[in-house]
Amino acid sequence: MKDEVDNREDRVANLKGMGCSRKRVEDARFTQGKGNYVDDVKLDGMLFGDFVRSPYAHARITSINTEEALKVPGVLAVLTAADLEPLGLHWMPTLAGDKQMVLADGKVLFQGQEVAFVVAQDRYAAADGIEAVEVEYEELPVIVDPFESLKSDVILREDLDPTADGAHGPRKHPNHIFTWEAGDKEPTEEVIANAEVVAEEEMYYHRTHPCPLETCGCVASMDKVNGKLTLWGTFQAPHAIRTVVSLISGIEEHNIRVISPDIGGGFGNKVGAYPGYVCSVVASIVTGKPVKWIEDRMDNLMTTAFARDYWMKGKISATKDGKITGLHCHVTADHGGFDACADPTKFPAGFMNICTGSYDIPTAYLEVDGVYTNKAPGGVSYRCSFRVTEAVYFIERMIEVLAIKLNMDAAELRRINFIKKEQFPYTAALGWEYDSGDYHTAWEKALTTVDYDGLRAEQAQRVEDFKAGKTRKLMGIGLSFFTEIVGAGPVKNCDILGLGMFDSCEIRIHPTGSAIARLGTISQGQGHATTFAQILASEIGLPADSITIEEGDTDTAPYGLGTYGSRSTPVAGAATAMAGRKIRAKAQMIAAYLLEVHDNDVEFDVDRFVVKGAPEKFKTMKEIAFAAYNQAIPGIEPGLEAVSYYDPPNMTYPFGAYVCVMDIDVDTGVPEIRRFYALDDCGTRINPMIIEGQVHGGLTEALAVALGQEIAYDDMGNCKTGTLMDFFLPTAWEVPNYETDYTVTPSPHHPIGAKGVGESPHVGGVPCFSNAVQDAFRPFGNTHTNMPHDHWRIWKMANDLGLHD
Amino acid sequence: MSKKMHTTLKVNGKQEEFLAEPRELLIYTLRERLNITGPHIGCETSHCGACTVTIDGKSVKSCTMFAAQAEGAEITTIEGLGGPDDLHPLQEAFKEHHGLQCGYCTPGMITRATKLLEEIPNPTEEEIRFGMAGNICRCTGYQNIVKSIQAAATEMNAAKEAAE
Ligand code: FES
Ligand code: FES
Repeated sequence: MKDEVDNREDRVANLKGMGCSRKRVEDARFTQGKGNYVDDVKLDGMLFGDFVRSPYAHARITSINTEEALKVPGVLAVLTAADLEPLGLHWMPTLAGDKQMVLADGKVLFQGQEVAFVVAQDRYAAADGIEAVEVEYEELPVIVDPFESLKSDVILREDLDPTADGAHGPRKHPNHIFTWEAGDKEPTEEVIANAEVVAEEEMYYHRTHPCPLETCGCVASMDKVNGKLTLWGTFQAPHAIRTVVSLISGIEEHNIRVISPDIGGGFGNKVGAYPGYVCSVVASIVTGKPVKWIEDRMDNLMTTAFARDYWMKGKISATKDGKITGLHCHVTADHGGFDACADPTKFPAGFMNICTGSYDIPTAYLEVDGVYTNKAPGGVSYRCSFRVTEAVYFIERMIEVLAIKLNMDAAELRRINFIKKEQFPYTAALGWEYDSGDYHTAWEKALTTVDYDGLRAEQAQRVEDFKAGKTRKLMGIGLSFFTEIVGAGPVKNCDILGLGMFDSCEIRIHPTGSAIARLGTISQGQGHATTFAQILASEIGLPADSITIEEGDTDTAPYGLGTYGSRSTPVAGAATAMAGRKIRAKAQMIAAYLLEVHDNDVEFDVDRFVVKGAPEKFKTMKEIAFAAYNQAIPGIEPGLEAVSYYDPPNMTYPFGAYVCVMDIDVDTGVPEIRRFYALDDCGTRINPMIIEGQVHGGLTEALAVALGQEIAYDDMGNCKTGTLMDFFLPTAWEVPNYETDYTVTPSPHHPIGAKGVGESPHVGGVPCFSNAVQDAFRPFGNTHTNMPHDHWRIWKMANDLGLHD
Repeated sequence: MSKKMHTTLKVNGKQEEFLAEPRELLIYTLRERLNITGPHIGCETSHCGACTVTIDGKSVKSCTMFAAQAEGAEITTIEGLGGPDDLHPLQEAFKEHHGLQCGYCTPGMITRATKLLEEIPNPTEEEIRFGMAGNICRCTGYQNIVKSIQAAATEMNAAKEAAE
């Protein structure tokens, strides 16, 4: 047979496999307004549910009267905790081993808490119904400060036995949730006590929110005739949601179909299970009609899934010449009214114990105390892998603080403490085994590209000019070098509600040489339909354009734990490659049969199997696919399908080097980002265009968090940032152009060497922006100032340092 | 609730006539009543621009207007800009330059950009960033959105020149 696609290079290009900037297959529908998001789902007779929410942060509910509401035209039902109680659904388990009220059971613990669920014909009728529900509250003392909470005799969670252990061991106080430790306490304290130099700092990583452009929502449809429940929703983990719904509702899992349609961004907001889901399911069962619930923006910001809120206290010790000897970190973690963090079970503070960062720190100790307060529950990973953002911010600030103490250049301090290339795999003092890295190369590349020495010289000149009254603008150089820990995770230590955090891929090759692959993950903008097809194209030699990727329907997709914590490529991407390899193994046998040689005498070459040493004799994957369906091959079953459930042996550890150059007007507090350089090493690169896009997006979310975005409360527990008026989302006007760069250090344990990238820019970006602001004021005595660095706070930094005098 | 109002609109070239409560928001009319689900809801407080449509030649956030206020208006949504066989150059450019990720902001973004390019056919980067500042994107960081709009502008200007 003649070789139609002649040279090898063309054949490779034809596949659009790994490493090429394949255009996204998702975009046709999105650019034409034909996406299908949950609010686009419409079913016959569908009703709309919405919540009566508490105006108080802490109050007892003395009565709820729904009578008037039920008279409102269009209102069909009003659910309260009393209605859910007989079903055992007035409380639900959280992902963190705690429980959470679905509807207020006697009291409320945060402003905006769900009190009653009004079901009506449409949104307007539901809103009218909400107005008409009469709730009487008796206010209780409000605690918004976690330190005060641990001293208070006001007990927030009256449902818990104050002396009993929590899900993560002993509790020190009725408002205490857990203490979690990693590393060696005494040795660390000893090292620090005897160190030549010690730097200490307290920092508050403020509460914020992932705020995807699409809020959370669902449509529940109970088909009573067939006993089947279908639940569409903004779920980052559809399979886990199915299991949770089954466990709490008692409906058998095969009778529940969960569908994640197109999702308008997640960033961690859509991992958890929310009262709206439970109420919609119950309402559908009660009314016999499909019920839709969609948060409005205020609901979203005030109630579902905040992030961060970590009070961190650090000590770092070093020799006089800057070699770090020990690190001590204590965190007081504000979890709000319920512990609804989304972390693997054994990690109540997520992977905060990656806080030794990219440095070879011999001794370290971390202790985290989780605390209840009168704030919304959550504590999700906002574009990061389980508290990695907090960890990286902590260490990258501690490095800066130490550099100040040592009177040393912060880039140099990093350089002399980096884990060296030859130390990988490297076991950190807090237990993780870093898979691979080449930090020095990345750092040198970054510093050279931005002309770091030149920048420092310019900055010094600027300080002189400022002092001489020639300018009112200071210059800040922000550095950060981060190591992430993503791809949760090995089933041996990672589970959520007992479900191991593997992931999966199932592939079917069609007779004419095209394919469909289904995965346990779900894209929320990452472009899985594009990139997973590229992995497969390279693995099985069929063009990516001939491969459909499907996710998000639990009736058809194999079980997986979903998409968050940058786990899709490290885990499901690995499953995809492994399933592809199973296809290839069978294809090899078929090819050998067709070519009448032994299995071992053929080898894979791009899109075909060739006879070793005789490349003119080959069978293309397309031919092999057809043969799988039309030939009776002795000893081989017909068909060409494979499934892989991949349990990763380790996490992956992407890293990167970022530099931000900022000019700050000390009189207005406005920072102007002059340059942002981001070098990412995410191992093998699947689609450079998509990687770059992820980096732009992640950096912009980092800019938001560092420079203004926060969920703030007043002393009464009123959320002060419930709309986009107060909650900062950068527009095109505030955002700079970013320069992206890369090095490639593949993961040695991942089948294709990929590490994941979606969250790196956020994790590394926040400290980089923050360090730039802090660095501008370093020559005037600033060591640390808490984020967010909005204009007013920057102005205040300048003012506090006497720069307005 | 007050008396329903008789409202007529022309949406994407199609005449629509209905009775709606005075409080019915235009975004609701489009999405729920007329089943035009391209425009999205991101805030309902005129901050995000996901609901952007063109009304009588102006970019309008349709969550900020009652249907009754649009009486007699001509409205274009993303669905009216181009379909599978005749994509608008902006639709092409967003695909080509990775100007979207989750796609939720995209209909509003592209709809707004059509007006921007009418107002300023040859915008500078600064003009694009300023002119698009009413539309929030949480995914892309805007860099590729700017690039997409620049590319579309070039494309459209070239086509115009060729036609002249
Ligand atoms: S929904 Fe209209 S501006 Fe956000
Ligand atoms: S692409 Fe997701 S909000 Fe813009």
